[in-house]
Amino acid sequence: MITFPHRHLLGIKGLTEQDITYLLDRADEAVQISRQREKKTSTLRGLTQINLFFEASTRTQSSFELAGKRLGADVMNMSVGNSSVKKGETLIDTAMTLNAMHPDVLVVRHSSAGAAALLAQKVSCSVVNAGDGQHEHPTQALLDALTIRRAKGKLSRIIVAICGDVLHSRVARSNILLLNQMGARVRVVAPATLLPSGIADMGVEVYHSMAEGLKDADVVMMLRLQRERMAGAFVPSVREYFHYYGLDAEKLKAAKEDALVMHPGPMNRGVEIASEIADGPQSVIEQQVEMGVAVRMAVMETLLLSQNQGPRL
Amino acid sequence: MTRPLVLKNLRIVDPSRNLDEVGTIIVGHDGRILAAGADAQNQGAPDGAFVKDCTGLTAVPGLVDARVFVGEPGSEHRETFESASRAAAVGGVTTFIAMPDTDPVIDDIALVEFVKKTARDKAVVNVHPAAALTKGLAGEEMTEFGLLREAGAVCFTNGRRSIHDTLVLRRAMTYAREFGAVISLETRDKYLGANGVMHEGLLASWLGLAGIPRESEIIPLERDLRIAGLTKAAYHAAQISVPESAEAIRTARERGANVTCGISINNLALNENDIGEYRTFFKLSPPLRSEDDRVAMVEALADGTIDIVVSSHDPQDVDTKRLPFADAADGAIGLETLAAAALRLHHGGQVPLMRLIDAMSTRPAAIFGLDAGTLKPGAKADIAVLDLDEPWVLYKEAIVSRSKNTPFENARFTGRVVQTYVAGKLVHSA
Repeated sequence: MITFPHRHLLGIKGLTEQDITYLLDRADEAVQISRQREKKTSTLRGLTQINLFFEASTRTQSSFELAGKRLGADVMNMSVGNSSVKKGETLIDTAMTLNAMHPDVLVVRHSSAGAAALLAQKVSCSVVNAGDGQHEHPTQALLDALTIRRAKGKLSRIIVAICGDVLHSRVARSNILLLNQMGARVRVVAPATLLPSGIADMGVEVYHSMAEGLKDADVVMMLRLQRERMAGAFVPSVREYFHYYGLDAEKLKAAKEDALVMHPGPMNRGVEIASEIADGPQSVIEQQVEMGVAVRMAVMETLLLSQNQGPRL
Repeated sequence: MTRPLVLKNLRIVDPSRNLDEVGTIIVGHDGRILAAGADAQNQGAPDGAFVKDCTGLTAVPGLVDARVFVGEPGSEHRETFESASRAAAVGGVTTFIAMPDTDPVIDDIALVEFVKKTARDKAVVNVHPAAALTKGLAGEEMTEFGLLREAGAVCFTNGRRSIHDTLVLRRAMTYAREFGAVISLETRDKYLGANGVMHEGLLASWLGLAGIPRESEIIPLERDLRIAGLTKAAYHAAQISVPESAEAIRTARERGANVTCGISINNLALNENDIGEYRTFFKLSPPLRSEDDRVAMVEALADGTIDIVVSSHDPQDVDTKRLPFADAADGAIGLETLAAAALRLHHGGQVPLMRLIDAMSTRPAAIFGLDAGTLKPGAKADIAVLDLDEPWVLYKEAIVSRSKNTPFENARFTGRVVQTYVAGKLVHSA
C-alpha cells in the first residue's frame, strides 16, 4: 500500500510528518539492501532514470546513480556545463528533449532557485530536486534526518545546531523545514552576514556564538563555506572565521558529550571544521554518505511505484 | 473632420474642474469638446451628430500613462506602437509616454522623430516619446535636451536604469532646468541589492532568492531629491515602492524642491506573496513589496503625496520569462488592466474616484505638459467611458498586447472600460 501522495520531490516544504516518516522508514529498509552482498533489486526494472546536473557534483550525482542502479533502473547521467550556454534556455530545452525520450524520473540539480519546480511543470515524469540554487536540497535533509534518527532513535525534541553559511545554503533551508516538521529544536549559529533576512521567523533560535549555540546540542551540523565568500566579502578571513566559527575540540565541548557531528560535504578542513573532529569519534559524516544512497533509493522507489496509483499532488 | 458626438446621461468625473455630476458630453467636428457637464444636458446636438445614451456609465478624461515600454525599434516581437496603442485603447489609455529603452536607444533627434512618425502612422492613441537622459542610457554623457525637446521628447529618463554618478546627475539637472525639461528617474542603488530579484525579507529567504532591501531605493532617491533641490530642476521619481520614499518626497517638497512622483499600479494592487512558487510574471522592478508597504502606498496615493499611477507596461516574451526566477527579465504588461486594477482601490473605499482619475490622467498631463487630462470645453475629446460596476475576468486569450506577461491572468475585476475615444473618434468599444 503506497501512501505517499506526491508525484515529485521538489522540496521538504509541502511534506507532512507522515510523508517524512514514510520515506525514512523505507530508507531504513534500503540500508539493509546496500549492506547485503547482492545489492541489486528489480524494483524499478525497466524504468529509466536521468540525472540532469547543470552544476557539477560528484558526490550527489554518484549517490543518485548508485541508488537507481541498486533498484534495477537504467540510469543515464547528463552533465550540462553552465558556462558556455545561456542557463535558462538550456534548462527548458534540455528538459523537453529528455522528456521526449520517456524517462520515468528526472533528477535535477541547477544553480537557480526554483529550477526543479519549473522543470516539473514541463515534463511528464517525476522530478527529484537534487539542489536548486539556494532554495532546497530535500534528499540531503532526509539523509541527515535518517542519520540522526538511527543514532538517537528519534527526531522530536532533540536540539540541532546548524552552523555556518546559512545564507547561501539550500541544505540549511531543507533541514530547518524538515527538523521543524518533525518536532526538533533547531538553532542556527553564524556571523550575521551569513544569515538570511528574517531568519528569526524561520522557526529557529539564532546564535552568533558557538559556545552558546552548541550548549547541550544533540547534533552539530556544520555547513560548507564557499571559498569565494571567505576573503572579505562576507567574513574578513579564513583565520578569523575558523577562530570564531570553525568546529574544534574546544567548541564541541559545549555540546552534549554524545553529540553527533555532521557535515554535508565536501568539507573545507581547517575552515569550518578541524580534521581531528571530522575524523573523530563523534563524527557521522561517513554514515551520512551511506544514508544518502538509502534515502535516494527510498525516494525514487516511492515516487515511481506510486505513479500509477491514487491521487497525487 | 470627425463626426460630431453626443454622449448623454452619463456621470462625468473631471478632476481638472473638480466636477462630478450627471450630464452630457458634446464633441464637435474638430474632435474637441464643446461642452461636458450637467449644463450640456439640454443643449442641442450639432448637425449629423452621433447621439448615444450612456445611462449608468461614467466618463473620465482619457487616461495618461507616463511609463510604457514598447519594444519598437528592436523588439517588435514583443510589442509595436500599433499593438501597444490597441492595448492602450482597450484600457482607456488615450495618451502614453514611450520609454527610450529600445534598440537603438532613443537618444537622438532622428530617433525621437522616428517614434513620433511611427506612432502617428500606426498608433490609435496619442504617443509621446521620452528621450534618454544620457547617451545610450550609459549614465555618462548627457543628450541634447534642447533639440530633443523641440523634436517632441516630453521628458528625460534613464529608463530602467538609475544614474549612479552624482556629478553627471547634477550637471544634467542643471542644464535641463533651462529648457524646462522634466527629469524622470527610477532609483536603485548600484551595489546594495544589486543582485536582488525580489523584496528582501522572509519570503525571499525561504525561496532562496537574493533580496532587494528598501534602502536600495531610498538612498539614491534621497540623493536625487537633494540634487533636485540644489539645481531647482523639475524632478519626477518614476516609480516608488516603499513608504519611506513617499516620506522623502514629502520632506523634499517642504524644502521647496520641485519634485513629483509616481507608482506602478502593480505596487498598489499586488504584494510579494503573489510571487508564490517562482511566478516570473510577478518579477518586477521595483519589486513587489510587503502587504504593509502596499497599504501605506495606497494611503500615500490617496493623500496626494504620490502624484500619479503608471502601468509600467513592459512586454516580455517566453524567451525572457520562461526561465528560473532569478534569470527571468523584470516587467509586466499593464495598459489593458490599469483602470480596472485601479478601480479596486475605489471600490475598496481606499482612494476616491476623483483622486484616482486625477492620478491617471489630469496630474500626469500637467507634470509632463501634455494636451490631455481634461474634459473642459475646448479640450481634445480624449475620453474613457467606464462601467464602474461591471464584473469581468481577464483571460489570456482576450489580451490584445502582443506579449501576454500579465500578473492579472484570471484575475477578477469590478469595472471596465467600455468605450474609448481619441479626438472624438471611437477607438475601442466593449
